[in-house]
Amino acid sequence: MKRRWYGAAAAVLALAFGGGLTAQTQEETQRGIEAYRQALQQGNPAELFEAQGEELWKKPMGPRNGTLEQCDLGVGPGKVAGAYARLPRYFADTDKVQDLESRLLTCMERYWGIDVQPVIDAAYTAPAKREIIALTTYVSGESKDVVVDVRPTHPKERAAFELGKRMFFFQGGSHDFSCATCHSEDGKRIRLQDLPNITERKGSALGWGSWPAYRVSAGQMWTMQWRIQDCFRQMRFPEPIYTSEATIALSVYMAATASGETMRTPGIKR
Amino acid sequence: MKKPILAAVAATAFLAFAAPATAQTAWGPGADDAAFQAMLRASFRERPGAPLTRLEQDPVQAFCSDPAASQSRAAAATAERLERENFAAVKFPADGQFLGDWRRGEAIAQSGRGLTWTDGANQANGGNCYNCHQISEAEISFGTIGPSLLGYGKLRGNTPEVQRTTWAKIWNSKSSNACSNMPRAGHMGILTEAQIKDIMALLLDPQSPVNK
Amino acid sequence: MTSPMRIRANVRDGVVDVRVLMAHEMETGQRVENGRPVPAWFINEVVATHNGKTVMTAQWGPAVSKNPYLQFRFRGGAAGEKIAIKWTDNRGESRTDEATIA
Repeated sequence: MKRRWYGAAAAVLALAFGGGLTAQTQEETQRGIEAYRQALQQGNPAELFEAQGEELWKKPMGPRNGTLEQCDLGVGPGKVAGAYARLPRYFADTDKVQDLESRLLTCMERYWGIDVQPVIDAAYTAPAKREIIALTTYVSGESKDVVVDVRPTHPKERAAFELGKRMFFFQGGSHDFSCATCHSEDGKRIRLQDLPNITERKGSALGWGSWPAYRVSAGQMWTMQWRIQDCFRQMRFPEPIYTSEATIALSVYMAATASGETMRTPGIKR
Repeated sequence: MKKPILAAVAATAFLAFAAPATAQTAWGPGADDAAFQAMLRASFRERPGAPLTRLEQDPVQAFCSDPAASQSRAAAATAERLERENFAAVKFPADGQFLGDWRRGEAIAQSGRGLTWTDGANQANGGNCYNCHQISEAEISFGTIGPSLLGYGKLRGNTPEVQRTTWAKIWNSKSSNACSNMPRAGHMGILTEAQIKDIMALLLDPQSPVNK
Repeated sequence: MTSPMRIRANVRDGVVDVRVLMAHEMETGQRVENGRPVPAWFINEVVATHNGKTVMTAQWGPAVSKNPYLQFRFRGGAAGEKIAIKWTDNRGESRTDEATIA
C-alpha cells in the first residue's frame, strides 16, 4: 500500500517536472492526484473509528449508566440508518436546529448523564473529544450512499439556512476572507488542494458529503465541526465554538444546498 | 430561492437610490442584522493571536459580504468610492525604493504563516502568495484563485508606473477592485514595507526566476 | 489496550484477496511533543496464517503510517475458511484477529 501511494506521488512529480506547465500537463497532474486519492479510498482507517463508535453507541456509560440506543437523531429513537443524511434539522424537544454533533451532545447528556461542557471546550485532539468523534464517524457511515435530504421547512430551519448563507459570505479578519473567498467558484485550488464550490449542489456535496473524514497526513479523524473550525482558523477569524449557532447555520446552508446528492461518509483526505 | 434574491436586489436598488451612502443588506427571514450579530457574538471565542475584533467589519468587508448587492449595478458607485478611499490609504515607500531582494521575496511568497491562533507572535508573517497564484516556474504547488503571475515583470516591464501600480495592488488590493479576493497586505499590517519590497522584487526584478 | 483490526478476505478463482486495517499509533521516534521526544512505538512484524500455515510475513519499520492498511493475495484458500492476522510491535505487544474468507 505504502509503495503504491509513493508511486502515485512520484508519478505526479514526474509528470509535473517533465513537460513544463502546459494545460495538458496540469490535467495529468490532476489525474495523478486523483489516482492517489483513489488508492486511499481502498483502506480508509475511518473504519476503525466507526467500529469504536458502534461499540460506544451500545455501551452503558456515564453516571446514569445509560446507552445511546434510545437517542433520537431525527428519524426515530435509536434509529441510525440514514439519519445523518437528514441532518441538521429542528428538534422539538430542545427547540433548536441541531447538527449530528450537537444532537449527540444532547443524547450524551440525557442518557449518559454527563456534563457536556468539557466536551465542548476541549481541543479536537484532546481525550474528551474522542468519544464524540468516534460516534459521529459511526453514525455518518450509516448514511453512506444515502441521498442528502435537508429541506428547511420549520421557521427555525429556514432562519438557520439564511443565517448560514449570510455567514458563508461574511468577510472579516486581517485577510478579508469569507468562506466564499475559496468556495464560490468551480475548479479553483489552494496550492494543489481542490476547492469545492459550496454555492451549488454538486460542489456542496463534495464538501458536506465527505465529512467526517480520515486525514492521512495527520492520522486524525476530522468531523464537519472540526473542518469548519480549521477553515475559520485559516481565515484568521477567532475560534468558532464547538456546535455553536454559526457552525450549525453553515451546516444547514451546506446540507440544504447539497440536497439530492449522495453522502460519501466517512471520507478520506490527504 | 430565486424570488427572494430578486426581491433583495430590487430592495437594495431602491434603497441605494434613496440613500446612496448606506450599503443595505437584505437576507431572508430570521437573518436580519440583529439576529446575525447575536449569532456572531454567541458563536466565536477569542484565542491568542485571533481576537474577537476580527469580526468587526470595515466598510469594504461589510460591502463585499453581500454579493447580491455589491455586484449589482446600483452598487457600482459605492464600489468606486471604496476603491478611491482604499487607494488614498496606500503608503508608498518613503525612500522611493520599490524593489528589495527577490530571494527573500520568494520565501515570503511561499510562507502561509501568521495571524492565526496557532501561529506564534514571534515569527514573521508570510504573504500566502503561492496559495492562490502561480509565480515562479519551479514551484508547481500553486493555487488558482488568483491569476498566474509567471513572467509578471517580463510582460509589463519594470517602469515607475508598473512599480506604483503593483505596489498599490499588493499594499491594498481593494484600491483597484473593491471586492478582490486578495488580502490587503500592507493596509491590514500583514506584511511590512520591507517585505512588500521583497515581493515586488520577486515580481519585477529582471533577475527573478519569475521573469526568466 | 489494543483495538480490533478490520479484516476482509474474499476468494476468487482460488486466490484470496486479504485487506487489513490495523489501529496503531506507529510513532516514529522522531517526533517532539511539548519539548520532549515521543518514543518510537510501531508494529515491526505482521504474520498471516491460514489453516495453521504462514502465508505471509512482513517486517515493518517506523516509516509505515499511523493506522496502517495492508493488502495481499495468496493462493489456496476457500470460502468459509479462516485467516488470522497477528501483529507485534517494538514494545513486544501483539494482537491477533481472525476473519472468515468470503
